[in-house]
Amino acid sequence: MERPTGSDLVNSDQEKLLPGSSSLAILLIVFLSISMLILFSIVRGGVGHVAEDDGGRQAFGPTEVSGVEFDGELLPGIEEATTGPDEGGFLVPPPPWSESGYFPCTECHADLDLNPEPRVLEEMHDDIELNHGPSDRWCLDCHNPDDRDVLRLINGRLITFDESYLLCGQCHGTIFRDWRQGIHGRRQGYWNGGKSYLLCAHCHDPHAPAFHTIAPLPPPVRPQFLALADQEEDQEADHE
Amino acid sequence: MSEKTLDRRTLMISAGLSTMAGISAAASGKSAGWVERLLKRRFVELSDERREEILADLEESCRKKYGRDDITVSDTGALDGVEFAYGLDLSRCVGCRRCVYSCVHENNQSRDPQIQWIRVLEMKKDHGIDFAESNVYYDPDEVPEPDSFYVPVACQQCRKPACTKVCPVKATWQEPDGIVVIDSDWCLGCRCCMSACPYGARHFNWTEPSIAAEEINPDTHIFGNRLRPKGVVEKCTFCIHRTRKGRYPACVEICPVGARKFGNLLDEAGEMRYLMREKRVFVLKRELNTRPRFYYFYAT
Amino acid sequence: MIKDITSFATGSARIAFKGGPTFYAWIGFLAIVCLWGLAAWWNQFEHGLITTNMRDQVSWAFYIGNFTFLVGVAAAAVMLVIPAYIYNWKPIKEIAIFGELLAVSAIVMSMLFVFVDVGRPDRVWQLMPIIGTPNLPSSLLGWDVMVLNGYLVLNLIIVVHLLYTGFHRRPYNRKFVVPLLLFSIPAAVGIHTVTAFVYAGTAARPFWNSAILAPRFLASAFCSGPAILLILFQILQRTTHIKIKDEAIWKIAELMAYAMFLNLFLFGAEIFREYYSDTHHLIHTQYLYSGVHGHDALVPYAWASLICSVAAFLLFLIPATRTNLVTLNLGCVLIFTGVYIEKGMALVIPGMTPDTLGEFYEYVPTLNEVRIGAGIFAIGFLVFTLLCKMAIPILQDPDSGKSA
Repeated sequence: MERPTGSDLVNSDQEKLLPGSSSLAILLIVFLSISMLILFSIVRGGVGHVAEDDGGRQAFGPTEVSGVEFDGELLPGIEEATTGPDEGGFLVPPPPWSESGYFPCTECHADLDLNPEPRVLEEMHDDIELNHGPSDRWCLDCHNPDDRDVLRLINGRLITFDESYLLCGQCHGTIFRDWRQGIHGRRQGYWNGGKSYLLCAHCHDPHAPAFHTIAPLPPPVRPQFLALADQEEDQEADHE
Repeated sequence: MSEKTLDRRTLMISAGLSTMAGISAAASGKSAGWVERLLKRRFVELSDERREEILADLEESCRKKYGRDDITVSDTGALDGVEFAYGLDLSRCVGCRRCVYSCVHENNQSRDPQIQWIRVLEMKKDHGIDFAESNVYYDPDEVPEPDSFYVPVACQQCRKPACTKVCPVKATWQEPDGIVVIDSDWCLGCRCCMSACPYGARHFNWTEPSIAAEEINPDTHIFGNRLRPKGVVEKCTFCIHRTRKGRYPACVEICPVGARKFGNLLDEAGEMRYLMREKRVFVLKRELNTRPRFYYFYAT
Repeated sequence: MIKDITSFATGSARIAFKGGPTFYAWIGFLAIVCLWGLAAWWNQFEHGLITTNMRDQVSWAFYIGNFTFLVGVAAAAVMLVIPAYIYNWKPIKEIAIFGELLAVSAIVMSMLFVFVDVGRPDRVWQLMPIIGTPNLPSSLLGWDVMVLNGYLVLNLIIVVHLLYTGFHRRPYNRKFVVPLLLFSIPAAVGIHTVTAFVYAGTAARPFWNSAILAPRFLASAFCSGPAILLILFQILQRTTHIKIKDEAIWKIAELMAYAMFLNLFLFGAEIFREYYSDTHHLIHTQYLYSGVHGHDALVPYAWASLICSVAAFLLFLIPATRTNLVTLNLGCVLIFTGVYIEKGMALVIPGMTPDTLGEFYEYVPTLNEVRIGAGIFAIGFLVFTLLCKMAIPILQDPDSGKSA
């Protein structure tokens, strides 16, 4: 079968009111209208798929979160601080409870009789929950019976509360090794100079050391809500 | 740079780009000094005197804009014999996000629209590291949740950064101490680098960044936490304004559980080398061969 | 010499802007859309790109998608140049200039799309050599700017020479134009390859990081760009006295059929690799074709694109439908739609969804973005219309257009 030549088509088209060109026109119109429809139907702002109680609907800044001190001061003397038991100790903040009225302990305990019997305390310090290790652990395993202002190591050596890491390190040796090198625990200061540490007791309550959960700060704002605050402000500014 | 070259450039630039200057002035909202703005090359190509002038100009304009006369902009260079590295202890991170907000506070990110350089991903313990199943918008009452662990991600300061490769105008590069920096006065805002970064570490100023004057950290570095303009990319710079003076980054100091470690990789006695020796470190997306300086590990 | 140039300039302007009521209606419509887009662009310039729906998670979208598609259209001029000047086939040789005109318009549009996409349009001069600091050889976008401008200049030189010599009823200088035309063939392949490399080199986006992305780009460019030309030629056949042989249309359609086959084959190869190897990279293709975790905004468009491309291929493959003007035009519209979706939303968006940290942000353009896009298309159509208007009188004259 002979293929129609171009000129045949053009001629026959001209006789039949150019169906070729009218089909062309129709196709173009259809194409343009469909693309318009599609474009305008998808322009809807991109907000969606987020449940009402999901995080990230609102943006928060550092001044809008509570309970965090972002501009804490470094400890005095930090530039000269050294690290290591052989170099003069570790610069730490005051031990817990040392400034809350409990310390010095000898103010009460100097006049009290010593009762070395392991027991549950009832008259004083009954608010302390002891949950550290084996069930037969009790106060005088760590606290020095003769002078409550110091702690006692296994070999009998007495240490002050701001060296309490030596006591913890007796059982938690690997952690203590990491802590000395700065791998365990929080430090502040200079990566090439003096640093301040925290005592174990600053983060881990020595009586019940299990780490407590903490309330997280707010999640970031989701991208679909990023502009809304901005635009709302613009609208408010326009209305003023 | 010789005086001759400057003259030739001056002629070419002035002749051809006066329109650009007008648009530039409109875009940046300043009408004075457009010639100076035109002649501004990449900061690192300029003479010391010119750099001082530009820093002084920048300080002046920031002070005026925010009404604070304590804003400083420095260009402290890299320290000799220093290559920074970062460690993140995944056995400790609890997902509290204090690092995120401390970083925003320290580095003058826009508050509205919000920009945060650190993103903390909540992942499931029974999946392990799996970005596809991660969630950055977790919002429980308390963290850590028993079945989850947390992976904070920010710029990895890669040794072979994909971002610096693709920047069409050399507005971002790696400094000798390992920090990948951005010259905010040269960045086009084309976002090629954002496309190329495998860690989602780069963020864009989609509009004029807004920050309250009293929230500004006045101690800034030109390639770090200086107040950025609209339409440029920004990212974590290991607190370049602090670390080049020997101080820890803000995120390292604020972390309440001590999950963040930082130091000089070339210091054999330093904490980074210790943790690489004693703990097993790994990096994210190793197969992409970016060689990050950001090492994740499990202390216990 | 100066008199020749000025008379050419004023004469061409007169030809370009004079026409019948339909012509004025068309130009007027384009001008209105252009102004509408310009107003939207000013809004974006003042507020920043926050007027778009692009965010950190999906940082390239509508503008870059259109840019990619239009670079392909510009490269499609090669489909006319090869038969015309390599094979010296007369029916196409007479009308090859329209390929050049389309290339010029498409390049102008694609460069405008990049211009509206950057955060600091006042700094685009930094991309130029000598006065700026282009990051060559390592930055692919730097190369893209070079080759696109080079291709534009190349095509402008060819077009202006042909129009100028035609205007003055002189034969064009073969020795000057033909080497440039021949060079435009690798140049056309070059522009689209470099644009493909911008994507293919990005290891962070596994959906793009594929060796066959550049061949796919070229195949889809060569089947979609000429579709516009086919429709244009039919319009010109019926509205002007230019002799466009139907053979030229059939031949271009035939070449497009080959390109469509290659397009579908490469697409099939990509699909096989994704679904059979079933790595975690599959998530991007899944997002596109079936949706993931309830995120399925792109699924209807992805399938529409595939169906359009396959249907167009069949229409162009079967000789009966290829030589029937109704089905041919339907095929042109279908392939144009299919490739437009494939290069736009079905390339850029799935590459960035989920993002590098696994987050799903479902992007849809804002009205502002669409307005700017429409404005740029209007500018492109305007440029193309005016250039065609200038070219038509030259081609209508049987004595002009002949070489020395």
